[in-house]
Amino acid sequence: MSEKVRIAVVGLGKMGLSHFSMVNAHPHADTIACDGSGFLVDVLSKNIDAPIHKDYDALLAGEALDAVVIATPSKLHAPMVRAALERDIHVFCEKPFCLDWQDSEALTALASEKALIGQVGYHYRYVGAFCEMKRLLDAGAIGQVTHVMAEAYGPVVLRPKRATWRTDKSEGGGCLYDYAAHPLNLLNWYFGAPDRVSGSVMSKVFSEGTDDEVFSTLQWNDGPTAQLSVNWSDESHRKMSTKIAMIGTNGRLYADRQECQVYLRAPVPGLTGYDKGWNVKYTTELTEDRWFYLRGEEYSAQLDDFINAVQAGKTAADENDFASATETDRTMAMIIENAETGRAVGTATVREPVAARKRGWFSRRSA
Amino acid sequence: MDRLLFGDNQFFGVNHMSEEKARQQMMRFQQTDAIMEVLDIAYDEGIRTFMCTTHDRLAEIADRVRADKARYSDFQFYPCMPYAHKYANAVTEHGMMGALKNFMPDDGIFATALSGAKALATKEVDGMAKVLIDMEMKMFHGTKTPVIFVQNVFADLLLGMGFTRALKLFHDHVIEKYGVEPAFITMNMPMMLEALEKEGIDRPIICSNINKIGFRMSGGFDAYLDALKSGRVRAVAMSVYASGAIPADEAIHWISELPGVESIVFGASSAGNIRGTKALVEKYMGDIAAP
Repeated sequence: MSEKVRIAVVGLGKMGLSHFSMVNAHPHADTIACDGSGFLVDVLSKNIDAPIHKDYDALLAGEALDAVVIATPSKLHAPMVRAALERDIHVFCEKPFCLDWQDSEALTALASEKALIGQVGYHYRYVGAFCEMKRLLDAGAIGQVTHVMAEAYGPVVLRPKRATWRTDKSEGGGCLYDYAAHPLNLLNWYFGAPDRVSGSVMSKVFSEGTDDEVFSTLQWNDGPTAQLSVNWSDESHRKMSTKIAMIGTNGRLYADRQECQVYLRAPVPGLTGYDKGWNVKYTTELTEDRWFYLRGEEYSAQLDDFINAVQAGKTAADENDFASATETDRTMAMIIENAETGRAVGTATVREPVAARKRGWFSRRSA
Repeated sequence: MDRLLFGDNQFFGVNHMSEEKARQQMMRFQQTDAIMEVLDIAYDEGIRTFMCTTHDRLAEIADRVRADKARYSDFQFYPCMPYAHKYANAVTEHGMMGALKNFMPDDGIFATALSGAKALATKEVDGMAKVLIDMEMKMFHGTKTPVIFVQNVFADLLLGMGFTRALKLFHDHVIEKYGVEPAFITMNMPMMLEALEKEGIDRPIICSNINKIGFRMSGGFDAYLDALKSGRVRAVAMSVYASGAIPADEAIHWISELPGVESIVFGASSAGNIRGTKALVEKYMGDIAAP
């Protein structure tokens, strides 16, 4: 396909509006918007060239689309994605993918069966520092990772307030789906789906209907144990801040949106540019400009990859495919079940505890 | 415009390199005194223009400047609006209409229009946009604001959507109501220039990243250079050091040889860095104040 990609951005909320702006500015995209009626749709339809549809079904039926970007409230993702796939339309869906991971699995299968691109908007996988963390892990830079801390903090719910879908659990709101999904998705990228989830707490701070903070312990067989700590009622952060820290047998690795720091106990053969001791790489040096910049290279990059993949006639996403997002939906389901029942979910082959030898009070092993 | 403008990122925890450094800066500049101290150093060096977001805390700076007219007789602000977080948070909290109601005067002429009873006429929407601009400008009353910018996240959002009529509306309102120069910040300068020209805006003042390594010059390094050489834009260069990736002398020397760059905006927290940049601009570009 060498012509422009005919693409509709569905849902003009906070994410949808910026997706629409970026897609509409893309040189290979021929863009349509779609949202229910309202103030914004009203104003935009009088002021921009891109057509705006008010009904999703009519959009699908009436336009010959190559692709859609779904940025509606999370509860609507599953039926809207299905409707698009059934019409052989490639899909970019905002995160989280589906609230029920069984929907996620079914849609992953459907996309794959129809050879359609399915991509989910986990933009942290496009942040230079987190990509570098992935590269270093895959190169075995810090040896065997045993200890992981995954955190996200930011100022979303700072006082009791009017409910929106973001604060309604059944609609896919809450700190787990909105915030914790990001560090969890990174953990899935680095280590896969956890084998066991325990110690999960999802509690309210200011919200009435949903969680404002999440804690959990995730374990991987033959892999590390990770602690998750997330809170979206933290005013001390100007905006969302996600960070991952790891300790392994050969050092320590840390990344946030701006930088990737690694401490190496011994240099790693084949890993050029990294010496024994501390090494720092900045996102600014790890990132390339795309066609348009709105709020960070990662947002542009994920859409650029999607549009280019559709135009190139690819049959699967380069990154963040439906299967990977399904892994995150499933991880979140494990956390919810664990938090609700108080029972650990899944089984981990815990490293065999070493039986204590009976010794005297002051005996030394070397003695 | 002066050749050298002082920016405000360092005061509000914006740092493109390190979250830790950003937090340290937020701690250091928590008190207005600490900001004023740095602004005073810059002002005493002859850097008299403060290009700043319409952050709530700017009101306190404007108060100080107003309060000592003798000391700050040449001090001028280049406001950059809107302060996006304020609106984003309001939309999260109240929804789109609720947020608008929040920012409109209670008994104003838009109260009925915002009741949701009917679709808004274009004229009413334009009127509301003007009210929002005026509200952002309130804190600067009685100070000099010879240039007023639209800030980049907002300007680029509109640019991408093709809603450039809003940029023209801003342009016209700034000229009509304030009698000063409208200007635009963008991360996509070549695209912005073309869009503004289509709106009939001739030789716009555009602030964008311009640096030797092409850092965050979206649309391509060559397209930026072409735009500058064409003489169609009055450029303000930001990120000239590319967050520290380019040695200062080399960075300023390179900028000084570009056509079309009228001003450089930079941020610094120490007297040494302020004087260093000033000295380099004087070395390569001449007097830092407007002729």
